[in-house]
Amino acid sequence: MSEEKQNQSEKSQWQPRIVAFLCNWCSYAGADLAGMSRRGYPAAIKVIRVPCSGKVDPMFVLKSFERGADMVLVSGCHPGDCHYTSGNYHARRKLLAFRELLDFFGIDQRRFKISWVSAAEGAKWSSLVKEITAEAQALGPFKTFATMLQGEPS
Amino acid sequence: MSANGTITQTLREAAAQVLSEEKVGVVIGYGRDDGQEFSTPVFLRKAEEVKRLVFDDLCFGNLAVYLPRPEIRKMGKTGIVVKGCDLRAVNVLLRENVIKREDVLLIGVRCGGVGQPQLPKCSVCELHDPGGCDVVVGEAIEQQEVKAEQRYTEAGKIEAKPAEHRWEFWQKQLSKCIRCYACRQVCPLCYCKRCIIEKSTPQWVQTSPHLRGNLAWNVTRALHLTGRCVGCGECERVCPMDIPLGAINQKMAKVVDERFGFRSGFSAQEEAPFTTFSTEDSEEGIL
Repeated sequence: MSEEKQNQSEKSQWQPRIVAFLCNWCSYAGADLAGMSRRGYPAAIKVIRVPCSGKVDPMFVLKSFERGADMVLVSGCHPGDCHYTSGNYHARRKLLAFRELLDFFGIDQRRFKISWVSAAEGAKWSSLVKEITAEAQALGPFKTFATMLQGEPS
Repeated sequence: MSANGTITQTLREAAAQVLSEEKVGVVIGYGRDDGQEFSTPVFLRKAEEVKRLVFDDLCFGNLAVYLPRPEIRKMGKTGIVVKGCDLRAVNVLLRENVIKREDVLLIGVRCGGVGQPQLPKCSVCELHDPGGCDVVVGEAIEQQEVKAEQRYTEAGKIEAKPAEHRWEFWQKQLSKCIRCYACRQVCPLCYCKRCIIEKSTPQWVQTSPHLRGNLAWNVTRALHLTGRCVGCGECERVCPMDIPLGAINQKMAKVVDERFGFRSGFSAQEEAPFTTFSTEDSEEGIL
């Protein structure tokens, strides 16, 4: 087997790890709906339920990367639909600025996704997860943080 | 070029006056003993002490860092010598209700720039003349117009590199960090009584001086200052490892300027970008 082919087959077996922070009121319910309506989506995604997308501190995202996440998704209610009126508006400002900072450091911003998924959008959730899993698969393992861990005092 | 040469005398007179009239319990200013390379902070309690006060090209420090400290608050109303750039930090402290306006007496100096050679921030200074101070000393300095593209040149230089070069660059820079937290200690806006870095359950940021924790620390520091940092450049000046922290702060200042049209510290009444929101904010990049 040529080296290239071997790499390809390794890549196809490899499964990305995607950490998703979902808000309790919309996105988590949306993911629940996807399950209840028997819409499948890849198991690469690991869901963490948070009270609101506004709760997600950029440190959650960094920590996920440090612990081996290949991609992080933060998902909340659509603008205007926040259970707490304005949490997602605050999240939008904060997380988009954070994404710009990651980019400034040269960290691939395609690894950090933000989305709005409502409680009625089971179908959107399912297709979104399929889409980002395919992207994470294509991007391959997130080496930036993995190489950073080498030589680390435990 | 030194517009700062003759200020010392008028500054001493102003400080002696407020101290002798007991308008303030302490005046924080700059002083320099023989052999010192640059001016360092002095704390004056009596009018006779004002001969220790100086103002010249070597008064880099941002004295606003002392304002929130309890030991300074105990001395009574605080008189403080501020350059235009320091005034911006005072404005943020006022805006965030850390200090009250009636508890400080601002002695503004019209400053033509500090540093030998002059610091980069001074060539794009927009506040040679500190407005809203209780006392202002020094002669009027002509205010040059500063264009928007001149403000963020340091960040722009790094932005211009391709992504992999940026990461290579920052990896090299951040690996140097020894986690002395001098950047935090000198920052007038890092006044939290307990910093997140010292919290250990859970421990968000690794404290050993290793790239992983160093990145997390510097990202966290930058984000906690986003929309607050006034670009005084003290963090970069005191960094013993010469990490270009100013460029990081400048980048975030640029982000809030471009996204929200906000520039920190020009008024004590302004609302910080992360304490508010607009329904019209950009949706770009959200799935």
